[in-house]
Amino acid sequence: MRILNLIRVACRSLNRNKLRTVLTMLGIIIGVGSVIAMLAIGQGSNQNIKASVASLGTNAIMIVPGTTTQGGVRQGAATTQTIRLDDAETIKNRCDMVNYVSPVVQRRAQVISGSQNWSSFILGVKDDYLKIRSLSAAKGSTFTAFDDRTAAKVCLIGVTVVYNLFGSEDANPVGQMIRVNSIPLKIVGVLNKMGQNTFGQDQDDIIIAPFATVQKRLMSSTQYVNSIIASAKSEDQISDAVDEITNILRQNHKLAASDDNDFTVRTQSDLSNIFGSVSKVLTILLASIASISLLVGGIGIMNIMLVSVTERTREIGVRMAIGAKGRDVLIQFMIEAIVISFAGGMIGIAVGIFVSEIIAKFAGWPIVISLFSILLSFIFSTAIGLFFGWYPARKAASLNPIEALRYE
Amino acid sequence: MNNKEYLIVVKDLTKVYKTGDVEVYALRGISLNITKGEFVAISGASGSGKSTFMNILGCLDTPTAGSYLIEDKDVSGRNKNELAELRNSKIGFVFQSFNLLPRTTALENVELPMLYNNNVNSKMRNEKALNALTSVGLADRLWSMPNQLSGGQQQRVAIARALVNDPLIIMADEPTGNLDSHTSYEIMEIFQKMNDNGITIVMVTHEKDIAQFAKSNIVFKDGKIISNEIVDIRKNASVELKILTSLSENISTI
Ligand SMILES: Nc1ncnc2c1ncn2[C@@H]1O[C@H](COP(=O)(O)OP(=O)(O)O)[C@@H](O)[C@H]1O
Ligand SMILES: [Mg+2]
Repeated sequence: MRILNLIRVACRSLNRNKLRTVLTMLGIIIGVGSVIAMLAIGQGSNQNIKASVASLGTNAIMIVPGTTTQGGVRQGAATTQTIRLDDAETIKNRCDMVNYVSPVVQRRAQVISGSQNWSSFILGVKDDYLKIRSLSAAKGSTFTAFDDRTAAKVCLIGVTVVYNLFGSEDANPVGQMIRVNSIPLKIVGVLNKMGQNTFGQDQDDIIIAPFATVQKRLMSSTQYVNSIIASAKSEDQISDAVDEITNILRQNHKLAASDDNDFTVRTQSDLSNIFGSVSKVLTILLASIASISLLVGGIGIMNIMLVSVTERTREIGVRMAIGAKGRDVLIQFMIEAIVISFAGGMIGIAVGIFVSEIIAKFAGWPIVISLFSILLSFIFSTAIGLFFGWYPARKAASLNPIEALRYE
Repeated sequence: MNNKEYLIVVKDLTKVYKTGDVEVYALRGISLNITKGEFVAISGASGSGKSTFMNILGCLDTPTAGSYLIEDKDVSGRNKNELAELRNSKIGFVFQSFNLLPRTTALENVELPMLYNNNVNSKMRNEKALNALTSVGLADRLWSMPNQLSGGQQQRVAIARALVNDPLIIMADEPTGNLDSHTSYEIMEIFQKMNDNGITIVMVTHEKDIAQFAKSNIVFKDGKIISNEIVDIRKNASVELKILTSLSENISTI
């Protein structure tokens, strides 16, 4: 009953000073809004990274040239060539825990269709690669192991390539010929749209052709490959498969016991952890910067409440003279602070969600608004109201009614 | 001693203010009995201790020494919260400077004391505030803000606020100090009406003619009571108001 009255008293006071209330709230609104938006961006990129990595295939194992340091940073990978085609074949023949293996060669390539010209990226892979990455054709079909054995002049293309060569993503180019670095290839299928990955790369700007085709016709029969991708038979077997592959490659590369690996074997979850931890740090950083503004908002509340206590000294005196106890005045001012921060928090959440959506829409960044981040900023902002409202409220409650009434 | 008929019994009340090393004796042994239904006017020079005495009677302050009984119960040793409850239920204040909450309607100002009273629900609150404002003749100004009201009207809102919790006593420290004589008489008319309805009034005033509306006059000097007399020829505010209006009408016709 009494507390309801005090809530009413507090709301009336806030209502009497609308502009001041709104301005004080603004600090909390901006603080909460930016915390929500920053967490949305951070968590969005985190989830996007996970999804990108997962799109490699859940049981996927990548073998790339170069050694790894403790922190997982690959060194000099782009320049060293240590992995050969026969490594892939050895893995295929000797690893029991691996079901699919594909060498990967890649290079930039100029693509021509009629008068249209486009610079894209060509991948040479075995059909196993398509299975590991669960790639399939939206139109036409994929190539086969037979196409690879015969180095057939066929390819699959992504929708970005379709768009740039045939004018529209919806065009059906299956059966048409394109020239990739002057080599004519027949389009047998169009890949399902994949969109951008976390790093902003367009995954649809790609041409995939049989390994032998690219190796023999576009890369002058090189024996070195850019990487090997394999997949374990089951999730339980991934780490054993990694050991198996590592041993086989060490034998293949004739490394002495004291030599470091000249290659790196990574699983999908390794990659996910590496990129995930980076984005986690980023998220924490963004959120801490945003919470500073929330803190500043809280100090704003304290500032305004202190001014308000001084300004309303006489009012406090009148309230006490007509029967308000110190506790009533304390609660009134606490409620005022909490209402400001609570309402500011609510509006801030709405603003944060709105801003996040705008960012998602116009910057194209992925966002995730989690219940956690909403609850966090909500609790945080209310706690700030309590914390920063306490001191001014105490000051008001401890006023002497006679002196307060005499205050000019 | 028969205290039954006394609402307030004050004995040897002393108040000393200490500011640093200086001790100011504001009250030096005040003894006074006030019966139910009394209307006391206190006068005296500035600094003679009138306000200090009123503050103690009004439970806003505690005496340095002496005893103070309301309805036979000693209140001089009560703590702050108990005093607040006493003020809320038994005492109504009227100040010289009105002390209404700014930017708050007359109705809300009058509702204020009931917000700190657990025995009043919101329906009763509205009804009682309306009645109180009607009794001071402001039924048509419920939604006016203090700055839209004249001084007399503001003081009437303050009186309604003091009346609304049905107090035993009204404490008024120079209630007409900021008002012209005509408006002062109007306020006195309300005071006399309240007093006729059984409410005890203690009022500080330094205006001789205003003191004539009370039933008894007390004079303070240097923290002591130097005289306490029944008013022989008590003035009636309604009659005085009529004389005043007819006078001003005569002047305007001349
Ligand atoms: N809070 C205070 N601190 C110190 N001295 C005070 C205080 N209040 C009043 N006094 C002193 O007490 C005396 C009585 O003051 P007061 O009761 O206000 O007189 P009055 O109302 O009759 O003019 C004065 O000398 C005044 O200076
Ligand atoms: Mg005084």
